[in-house]
Amino acid sequence: MWQFAHILKKELKDYFISPIAYIVISIFLIITGWFFFSTFFLYDQANMRSFFALLPIIFTFVIPAVTMRLFSEEFNIGSYEILLTMPVTFGDIVFGKFAAGLLMTGAMLLPTVAYPIAISFIGDLDWGPVIGGYLGALLLGGAFAAVGVFASALTRNQIIAFILGSAICFILTLIDKMLFFFPESLLNVIEYLGADFHFHNISKGIVDSRDLIYFISVIFLSLYATRLALQNKN
Amino acid sequence: MNGMIHVENLTKYYDGFCAVDQISMDIHKGEVLGLLGPNGAGKTTTLKMLTGYFKPTAGHIRVKDYTIEDHPLEIKRMIGYLPESSPFYKNMLVYDYLEYAAKIKGVAPGDRHSRLRFLADLCGLNDIMHKAIGELSKGLNQRVGLAHAMMNDPEILILDEPTQGLDPNQIVEIRNIIKKIGKEKTIIFSTHILSEAEATCDRIMIINKGKIVADGETKELKASADKKTAIHIALIGPDLAAVQKELQTVSGIDSVEKISQTEDGVLTVNAWTRSSEDLRESIYRKIKTTDWVMVEFRQEVKTLETIFRDLTRQPN
Repeated sequence: MWQFAHILKKELKDYFISPIAYIVISIFLIITGWFFFSTFFLYDQANMRSFFALLPIIFTFVIPAVTMRLFSEEFNIGSYEILLTMPVTFGDIVFGKFAAGLLMTGAMLLPTVAYPIAISFIGDLDWGPVIGGYLGALLLGGAFAAVGVFASALTRNQIIAFILGSAICFILTLIDKMLFFFPESLLNVIEYLGADFHFHNISKGIVDSRDLIYFISVIFLSLYATRLALQNKN
Repeated sequence: MNGMIHVENLTKYYDGFCAVDQISMDIHKGEVLGLLGPNGAGKTTTLKMLTGYFKPTAGHIRVKDYTIEDHPLEIKRMIGYLPESSPFYKNMLVYDYLEYAAKIKGVAPGDRHSRLRFLADLCGLNDIMHKAIGELSKGLNQRVGLAHAMMNDPEILILDEPTQGLDPNQIVEIRNIIKKIGKEKTIIFSTHILSEAEATCDRIMIINKGKIVADGETKELKASADKKTAIHIALIGPDLAAVQKELQTVSGIDSVEKISQTEDGVLTVNAWTRSSEDLRESIYRKIKTTDWVMVEFRQEVKTLETIFRDLTRQPN
């Protein structure tokens, strides 16, 4: 029943044995660190708002890069066949791989906890929005990881998986900035679809069930679609 | 039901192309079955359906009392599978990979170590346990695959071309392993090397264009093969039609087929006989009545190889 844990462990080991994890984490830290601290002292405010404002667009490109190999690589070298003929269900495979992507996102965010700790020494930091922000970041990371896993399950080419995953995440991030293109009657619906919108609600420190349900539905739908894609493959 | 695997009207289409066409078979416990056939005959597709990797377009597979639709996990636990060319994770160490396979296949934590030891000895992996799989040669990779397939001591082993791409020594080694484990296990393996099937299998099944064209115990097939003989004749002078016409009149000759014709007019044919009777004398007498020059004349006892060629030959 805990079969997915073996797959999860194997994928995590893969990330950290190969240079992928270190490269991705370094790039993520350099980009967020640079954009955040280059304006931080100008604003002269002890909060993490601009850090969290950046996250959706950075995740759009970083997370599909992390998840692109999860299925595509297996299809490409053929090991998917071996995986599927071992006693595991599609659910175990999909969830194990998704969980590995999510934990990788967590590992990426972990070093940034140094930012609020450092800020709390030099100013009066309100921890509520910071904790909300990290919770939101994990949910957002989970949703994008699920989308990335889905994209990876569609193709044996990692580059295509990355581009497809990024494109879907990009739309989810930007759709609520495009509201002026849509008729007024659809505005609420379109706004609800935007990942950015829900993420900002949570990162203000307000944990609303609507936002939680949004992220959990994106994760669930993407993973379910992945399962369907795998099931129909052979 | 003492059958281990029961297959009924198994069919697989790929985009309208029929790879496997209504195959039915029963495989019994302890049998070593060799699946023979030319490239693209549907061997691999059949095996992939048995392992649950491919979904059949139609038909049923039952392993013991389980069907693949309702109990895929139970079936997968009972089957050890070595896919063609053993595509494993290249960056994993052999030891790490086998340990991972042991966990997924549900080998109890206390037994893992001894199981890995046992398989390393059986498959000769002791020196390469700490190498990355991607660095291994073809033969070693294949042995890792065999260890992977046998990890949880499954009742059924399905091996897809286990000796493909190996050097002769390695082939003998793998065959010996198959023979050794074949005493207790049900083994199905595909190959296109006939001598291999002959040497290791209890039962041989020949597949061509998605259909079973021959199925029987190795001994039976060989016995039926011995009844058919080919007489190999090389002649200077006549063309094929003339030879066919002349030899057809000898009673007992089934057909005459052309093997080759060289530029200097040497025509080589095989005259097939249905009976075990020796027709050399009557053929010789027949040819003596013509003005043809005979440059070669010998009887070939039909082997499995000729049966195989017969059954799977493409019509020209």
